[in-house]
Amino acid sequence: MLQAGEWAYSETLKEHFMNPKNILQGENTDDFDGVGMEGNLQCGDQMMVVIKVDKEKDIITDCQWKTYGCASAIASTSVLSEMVKGRTLDAAFHISPKEVALELGGLPDHKIHCSVLGDKALRAAINNYYTRTGQEEKVKQEQAKVICQCMNITDHDIEDAVLEGARTYFELQERTKCGTVCGQCKDETEVLLAKFKHLHFGI
Amino acid sequence: MKVYFDHNATTPLHPEVKREMIAGMEMFGNPSSMHAYGREARANVEHARCQVANFIGAKESEIIFVGSGSEANNTVLSLFVCSSSQCIPGSRRSTIITTKIEHPCVLETAECLAHRGVKVKYLDVDRYGKIDLDQLATLLNDKVGIVSVMMANNEIGTLQDIEAITKMVHESGAYMHTDAVQAVGKVPVDVRELGVDFLTISAHKIYGPKGVGALFVKQGTPYCPLIRGGHQERGRRAGTENTLGILGMARAVEMRMFEMPEEEERLLALKQVLRKGIEEKIDDISINGHPTDSLASTLNVSFAGVEGEAILLYLDLEGIAVSTGSACASGSLDPSHVLLATGVDAERAHGSIRFSMGRETTMQEVEYLLEVLPRVIKQIRNMSTAYIKGGLHAASR
Repeated sequence: MLQAGEWAYSETLKEHFMNPKNILQGENTDDFDGVGMEGNLQCGDQMMVVIKVDKEKDIITDCQWKTYGCASAIASTSVLSEMVKGRTLDAAFHISPKEVALELGGLPDHKIHCSVLGDKALRAAINNYYTRTGQEEKVKQEQAKVICQCMNITDHDIEDAVLEGARTYFELQERTKCGTVCGQCKDETEVLLAKFKHLHFGI
Repeated sequence: MKVYFDHNATTPLHPEVKREMIAGMEMFGNPSSMHAYGREARANVEHARCQVANFIGAKESEIIFVGSGSEANNTVLSLFVCSSSQCIPGSRRSTIITTKIEHPCVLETAECLAHRGVKVKYLDVDRYGKIDLDQLATLLNDKVGIVSVMMANNEIGTLQDIEAITKMVHESGAYMHTDAVQAVGKVPVDVRELGVDFLTISAHKIYGPKGVGALFVKQGTPYCPLIRGGHQERGRRAGTENTLGILGMARAVEMRMFEMPEEEERLLALKQVLRKGIEEKIDDISINGHPTDSLASTLNVSFAGVEGEAILLYLDLEGIAVSTGSACASGSLDPSHVLLATGVDAERAHGSIRFSMGRETTMQEVEYLLEVLPRVIKQIRNMSTAYIKGGLHAASR
């Protein structure tokens, strides 16, 4: 008979969950150069990322965080805070959820959506730094683009649906109702579906 | 220390059950066979049926052994899509009434039946998880075929007044089913007193083996099997009987008869200590479920600003087993449907933990839990965004 099995999570993730790195202690964020927050408590995940920046080299020297969420949410913010230290703002801005998941030794599919908030919060913190330091021209907005005009479904909605488990065009329609009226957006939607599946799940 | 606070999920085998089952492993005959091997198995199955029937005040002929509580619940609701004259005629009384806090095996079956033309209505519950009899009265009419209301809720422990509900249901000419999986063996259950037509029991919630349960069907009630193709259980549930499981279930029920009376008071005392301890040591919590009409074994608590799966796993690292109504632990994106139905907001539902105790739970275990839990909650809150300056719960600290 088998004994108590492995966690649903990798050893790396378990380690970051048991001993999270770089938790922001207390409430004060005044010492930091950029603050970003994403998600909300009602949805079950919220993350805040704060950064210190070497202003001459545009390099992140410190990154701390707070997370409300499950084990993979906690561990993914912890590992992200380790990953960004020493990176340039530009390099840090382009960290993808897939890189975070890889660094954690993989995540169960239904947990991927818990790890995407961390890098979003990081990008918000970087943008916040640019705004504070009068470099508004560098702020990169994550603007949503409407794909399905009939149902007003954006590329962000499609990405969220993929993260929540949609793998086929039909499943995507079930979740978002995109393309259920005139159907003209089908080709563009399928391209995005393939893109997000590859981006987040490597499939 | 390893402690188990998840008895509503399942229970360890009672030592007497284990002994009975080990001895029973020698018995391999098919109860349907006419030779000595078969007769031995048949005798044991029928003896077991008698014990289970006695335990809930039923006749032996009214007990059908099934594979699980879920199977029993599926069977009862599915009577409705059969149009044979032997079954409840779906065409005449094609509405089912159930509640928003049933086990998924009822809710998902109801949903499936709705796709097949059955009308399903869902009763609301109040903040304690009780249904409103006035609402039931407004929904009952001559189109309603069956009403299914769980006796004790698995997540919050709230008990419904099945006797009163059944009276109303029968007055309207409908049949009454109760999923009593969490109630049988914890509170007294007598099918004649309750008056119900169908009642579901599961063995593994009361220190019996997994994979066996029973469905009570009152004599004279229309019935249609879910699993066909055999004469077993008087043609009401095909498939060779799970003799060993049935043996274990009967022994489990017998042990409940001895142990149940003194147990409730003891568990109630433990629950009070646990509840008071949590209230005193941890701020910003709320207790879910009914304060008095509730299982003595079950306490459901929401911790603001922390997510349930994180609590569950940190407690697991300390050897404590609990369960949560958070979305993350269930694999879905929505937190507990039961808590949401009682009006608990999504955040509190994500941060809910169910502690369910049992016959072997001790005061030392409760004390150990009370020692570990405040530390774990503090640790998680320290990294939670809910407690940063301007955060939702910052002011309460």
